[in-house]
Amino acid sequence: MMNRKPVLRVNAKLLIPAILLFALYVQFHGDFGPGGGFQAGVIFASAFILYALIFDVNNARTAMPPWVMRTMLATGVLLYAGVGVAGMMMGGNYLDYSVLAHDPLHGQHWGIFLVELGVGITVAGAMITIFFTFAGQKR
Amino acid sequence: MTPHLPVLQVVIPLMAAPICVVLRQATAAWLLATGVTWSAFAISLMLLSQVMDGGVISYELGGWVAPWGIEYRVDPVSALVLVIVSAIGSVVMPYAKKSVEAEIAEDRIYLFYTMYLLCLTGLLGIAITGDAFNLFVFLEVSSLSTYVLIALSHERRALTAAYRYLIMGTIGATFYIIGVGMMYMMTGTLNMADLAQRLPEVAETRTILVALAFLTTGISLKLALFPLHVWLPNAYAFAPSVVTAFLAATATKVAVYVLIRIFFTVFGGVDVFVGLGAGKALMLLALVGMVAASVTAVYQDNVKRLLAYSSVAQIGYMILGISLVSVTGLTGGIIHIFNHALMKCALFLVLGAVSLRLGTVRLQDMAGLGRRMPLTMAAFVLAGLSLIGVPLTVGFVSKWTLLQAALEKDLWLVAAAIPVTSLIAVVYIWKVVETAYFRPVPHGAAEISEAPASMLVPIWIMVFACLYFGIDATWTLDVARSAAILLLGGAP
Repeated sequence: MMNRKPVLRVNAKLLIPAILLFALYVQFHGDFGPGGGFQAGVIFASAFILYALIFDVNNARTAMPPWVMRTMLATGVLLYAGVGVAGMMMGGNYLDYSVLAHDPLHGQHWGIFLVELGVGITVAGAMITIFFTFAGQKR
Repeated sequence: MTPHLPVLQVVIPLMAAPICVVLRQATAAWLLATGVTWSAFAISLMLLSQVMDGGVISYELGGWVAPWGIEYRVDPVSALVLVIVSAIGSVVMPYAKKSVEAEIAEDRIYLFYTMYLLCLTGLLGIAITGDAFNLFVFLEVSSLSTYVLIALSHERRALTAAYRYLIMGTIGATFYIIGVGMMYMMTGTLNMADLAQRLPEVAETRTILVALAFLTTGISLKLALFPLHVWLPNAYAFAPSVVTAFLAATATKVAVYVLIRIFFTVFGGVDVFVGLGAGKALMLLALVGMVAASVTAVYQDNVKRLLAYSSVAQIGYMILGISLVSVTGLTGGIIHIFNHALMKCALFLVLGAVSLRLGTVRLQDMAGLGRRMPLTMAAFVLAGLSLIGVPLTVGFVSKWTLLQAALEKDLWLVAAAIPVTSLIAVVYIWKVVETAYFRPVPHGAAEISEAPASMLVPIWIMVFACLYFGIDATWTLDVARSAAILLLGGAP
């Protein structure tokens, strides 16, 4: 059906890489400008949702199989909690980033960087999972 | 690792939950969850002994100093709640394997353990945190996982029950956060100890009054105080057996703990009970709840629902103890949190075993069950006696303490309500006992065997705990009393 809508298809193809790239920018530039893990995760997921809308949900499911989403959901949380444990191992309290690097400033930077990455991964996984679950309602 | 125990208490189950998702294999997830719950139990015992010896433990997350950072704060009250939650959480695990295999589809079992661990994380987190907003976060973690746990049941009605609980629970949590927001507006702080110091100055303002109203209503929804209990009977009756046993013993208890925390710690410097009249209101609702829910329990046909209504009545006892605002009353309320957790867990575990063998927990189907599952039903009788409050069981200890507290204040009517509701408990427990022991096994009933050992052992651990802490209540009373004294220290 979508073969009859070349404008949508071409534009989506152009947009999707840009959306993914913008998500990564929001993610990794989040500590200098507006943004962060949650926003980046949602933007990242929206690329997949757009793909599913234009090129059929089943194709999107092939691109993002359930095991990948499950791993994303779990990895993000583990990364966040793991950073906390790492801080504890290196002599600080749980989630104390200051001890993660040679000086507190870099430590805080690394800590927030990794924690936000964890948030981003889990949020992207959750958003895509929610969309796929609702998209699968009819069958 | 000792200084990090408070955070490990929460982080270990939190990290185990996503690992279960990755494992995806039922037995592996069960093994992990069992190991994790038992280590959480060990940690909570260590924390309790540290607190009883050396006083309050404070842990600053991320190294940010309280009141700016999030503080975990363990005192006798929270340590006792941690022990209750993690003890129930771990004893239920060996039982869970067979019960869950029978009640939940194979490919969803790993999800069950994930949600179970998340729920445990949330409940432990609520008990340990010293930050009012952090408490909300853990409240949501535990509630959201609870909705999923209930909905995982094979009963279709569980979906509506879970949905109704979701709506009510969300309203409760929203009210709580509105209350916290108003307190933050007036004081600029979220740390409970800091709030306790700053609230008396602004206690007379309307904002704080409204905040208190929102907090009380929100938490009362969560703890199923009559008449806000309507979500509870169906949620308990249709949830998987393990979930019912775990939730009945922990979730509402933790909510009672939150109420105690808010009233005695956060509003410790404000005359909430007499000056603002919360004492009378709570006492009235507790008394009506005790009587009304007990009477409703008598007319239930589904034994799980029967016990769920009895839970609503028992929550009344806890709230009654709190509303008396005396050391004895609060001791009674706190010790009943512990004691009721033991007996309700035992009773619901028995019903899980019955449902595994019989496939139903309706009263008429349980005819003659005392002869077909003797060990299981004997446990029901003993735990039932405990629920009634027969001497030498835990039920007696808490009811006796509450009775003393009521008499101390010359509240004769309140004192009378305690034996009266116990008599109603005799009626509904007797209904089950009579059916199980004095009715003949129906003709043509399928041959059924006793419950498997993996389920009997946890049931009997709980029953023995009911008897042990009923005969030697020194330890539990000591902890509850020191908790009560600590809580009342800040009140006028």
